[in-house]
This record gives sequence, C-alpha cells and structure tokens, in this order.
Amino acid sequence: MDLFLQQLLTGIANGAIYACLALAVVMIYQAIDHFNFAQGEMAMFSTYICWAMIAGGVPYWLAFFATIIISFVGGLAIERIIFKPLHSAPVLSHIVVFIGLVAIFNSTAGAIWDHNIKTFPSPFPEGSFGGLIGLHEVGMFFVTLLLLLAIFCFFRFTRVGMAMQAAAANPDSAGLVGIRVGWMLALGWGLAAAIGAVAGMMIAPIVFLEPNMMLGILLYGFAAAIVGGITSPGGAVAGGFLVGIIENMAGTYIPAIGSELKLTVALILIVTVLLFKPNGLFGKTIVTRV
Amino acid sequence: MSQLLDVKGLEASYGPTKVLHGLDFSLDQGGVTTILGANGAGKTTTLRAISGMVTRKGTIQLEGAELSALQTADITRKGIAHVPEGRGTFVRMSAEDNLRLGAYSRSDRAGIAEDIERVYSYFPILKQRRGQQAGTLSGGEAQMLAVGRALMLRPQLLLLDEPSFGLAPLIVQELFDILKRINVEEGVSMLLVEQNASLALELADHAYLLETGNIVISGTSESILENETVRRSYLGY
Repeated sequence: MDLFLQQLLTGIANGAIYACLALAVVMIYQAIDHFNFAQGEMAMFSTYICWAMIAGGVPYWLAFFATIIISFVGGLAIERIIFKPLHSAPVLSHIVVFIGLVAIFNSTAGAIWDHNIKTFPSPFPEGSFGGLIGLHEVGMFFVTLLLLLAIFCFFRFTRVGMAMQAAAANPDSAGLVGIRVGWMLALGWGLAAAIGAVAGMMIAPIVFLEPNMMLGILLYGFAAAIVGGITSPGGAVAGGFLVGIIENMAGTYIPAIGSELKLTVALILIVTVLLFKPNGLFGKTIVTRV
Repeated sequence: MSQLLDVKGLEASYGPTKVLHGLDFSLDQGGVTTILGANGAGKTTTLRAISGMVTRKGTIQLEGAELSALQTADITRKGIAHVPEGRGTFVRMSAEDNLRLGAYSRSDRAGIAEDIERVYSYFPILKQRRGQQAGTLSGGEAQMLAVGRALMLRPQLLLLDEPSFGLAPLIVQELFDILKRINVEEGVSMLLVEQNASLALELADHAYLLETGNIVISGTSESILENETVRRSYLGY
C-alpha cells in the first residue's frame, strides 16, 4: 500500500510538471496551430540562466523570478522576430524553425555552460513527507499548482486574458473589436516560455541540469497535451496529472516496462489517444471548411 | 450633410485575384448607405477593405484621417465597427463577455457598464441570455449580439455585412427597426451590405450598385428604386 501511495504521489508531482509543459504547448498551439517542438529546449535554457545566476551568488527566489521575466521577454522576442514574418508560411517552414530553435538552444547551452551534468538547487528543505514523497516534490507540486491557478485567473478575469482567448478563438473578430492580434500571439509565446521556465527550474533538481534534460519531459508534456485534448488548456493540465500517474504506475507495476521503458508509455499514450480519440479527453472536434 | 468617409480608387485582392477595381464612394455623416450587388460582386470585400482585413490600395479617409495604412485593430479604434459576415461572435464566451470585449479598446468602466445596459435596452433578449455561451444563441440572437458588440465601441460608423442573412422575416424586420433607431437616436452612420435590396433601400438613404468589382450605379435610395436595371435585376419587378 505504501508503495502504491508513494508512486501515486510521485506521479502527481511529476504530473504537475507535465501539466505545465502541456499547457505551454497548448497555448502556442492555439496561437499558431503547431506544436512547439522547441518548448523543452526553451525551458532548459531558462533553467541554465537561473543556474548561472544562482552560481553567481543571486538568492534562489530572486533568480527564480528574474528567470521567469527573462523567459517571458525571450518568448515574446522569438515570436516577434522569428514567427511574425512566417505568419502565413506553410507548416513545414514552422517545423524547420522549431528544429532550428531546438538545435540553437541546445548547442548554445552546451557551448556556454558545457555538457557536464550539473546539480540544480532546490528551494525546499531536504527530507520527505511521511516517508512517502520528497519535500522537493511536494514543493514542486504546490509551486506548479499556484502557477496554474494564476494562469487560470489571468485568462478568466483579466481584460488582456480575455483578449488573448478571443484572439486565439477568432482572430478576425478580435481585430474588429480593437484587439491587436499580433501582440496577443507574442504574449502567448512569452507566457508559454515563462511557464516552461518554471517547469524546468522545478524539475531540474530531480533530473539534473544538462542540455538534453527536457527531451523526455517534453515528450510526457506532448502526451499530456494530446491526452487532454490539444484545444483545451484545462484538458492539458488534467492530461499532465494523468500521464504522470500512468507513467509511474506502469513503471512500478508492469515489470516489462520498469524504469527503463517508462518513456515508451508516453509514446504508447500518444498513439493510443490519436487512434481512438483524436481530440483527446477534453478537446473539441474541429471541423474545417474546405 | 458633411462627409464622414471618403474612399478613392479602392482596389482589393485575394492573392493574385483582384476583386475590387478602383471604387470611389463616400458616406454622409449620420447617413445610411447601402451597397447592392449580386454574389461575388465584391460587397463583403469592400467592407473588409475598409477594415483592413484584405490587401488593399487606394485612399480611405475618415473625416480626413487616412486609414489605408492602418491595421484592423487601429481602424476599429478610430470608430469604425464592423459586424462581419457570419456574425463573428466569440462562440465559447458568454453573451455579456462578448459585449465586454466589444469595449476592449475603451477604459471608462462606468461608460462601458452603461453601454451594456443600453445594448440590452435595444435587445432585451440578450439580457436574458447574458450568461449563455454565444455559440448556443439562435441566429437572430447571435446577430443582435454581433450588432450589440459593435455598438460597444461607440462607433461613428457601423459596417453591416448582411445582417439579415439566415434570419426569419419577422426577426429581420425587428432588427432593421432597431438599426433605424440606432441611426436616428444616436447618429451612428451605417454602411450596409445586403442581398435583400428592397429591405436595404428601405433603411438606406443612399445606395451604390456593385458589379464585379466596379460601381455601376449610385444615387439616393429613391432614384435607385426607380432605376429600371436595379428594379429588374435586384428587386424583381
């Protein structure tokens, strides 16, 4: 029973991180209709920035919030500089740019901070909660929960949040009520980058810091986004927790999977959902007129 | 009456296909003008060109201020509210949130609340539907919401793209009565695009007839009503 509880709690804690990445992916998907394959590398790069600040003597939480702001501005800049000119470019151009971004962030991080695995500090005390789950995992869960709550309130209750939703749902009409749609897309990128940064900084103490740290995690994030439904931010969050729990349970209770084949679970989930319920659990069917 | 909007040499194209071939027209302050024409004549495109939603050339001046270089959002902020073809409501948001978004470019909270009530007084059914998702409204209600949302901008000029489309005759009559009231009581000028020519000429004081991207006839509604070509082709008698 203890093992079960342990795995459930770890699954939920990891799920919170997947939920964040899934949400970031969904936000950009809603803006430009594509999966941002570079989401993980952007988060990794943000985490390095935070690490560099902490290594330079900046207190943890100051570095944490500074990184969020830097990432937000960085995401905004990526949209304005790279994706705005590609606004009406075909899908493949976007994909190529995503791959380019992955390569740029990955090798730049390696070039600046080398490829050696680094430890990343946790702001939470060591030890565990009742022997079931590490205190860092508990803290990570609450930080991400707080973040998700803040994002929810932003979209539900602020004028800009509403405008961003409007711009994503119906860009033409959004323009007609005076919303500057281009800037809303940029804001979406900024927010996605900031959310990714939080996910990166929270998961880094567990997976350790290195240029490829987000590769597997982003896959779980994609799985979460697809399980929840790529059109539904709430679904993506639910999908994140679901994927976290399934991943841990499968790794523990299905001997053939174990800890080595856990990542396969994400891929199986992606394929299964796409085969049987392409819109995800909470997504809506999109009918396109041709 | 003085001029509100002055358009000269307006061309518009979708990719390589040119749809408007140099339109010249003007709208009077406080007037209602209608653009008549068959399917594909370029009526909707004319409105979209004014709002900056298609690639366009030519000059578009609102009370002397040039609009042709501006983006849609900025044209809207100059006081041109566009009720698009197919209504364009935000279907997953509530009716009242749609109205609130209509006032996105304004910051006077009290004025916005007042205007929401004013829209409800024109369209009482919207008040009953205020919390309902816009996508679940009936066609008539959705059109009223679209007009209401445009009014939230406190526009000088209202561009209406086939407001009667797909509505029952009684609802159409009700809607056009209210449009008339808005025009008279608030002095909002209108540019109306309609398939239903007799309906449009009833509301409008001026009319232009568009054929394949060119204005072929223009004049007051009375003179257009008496025009043989218009009568035969568009009014059917």
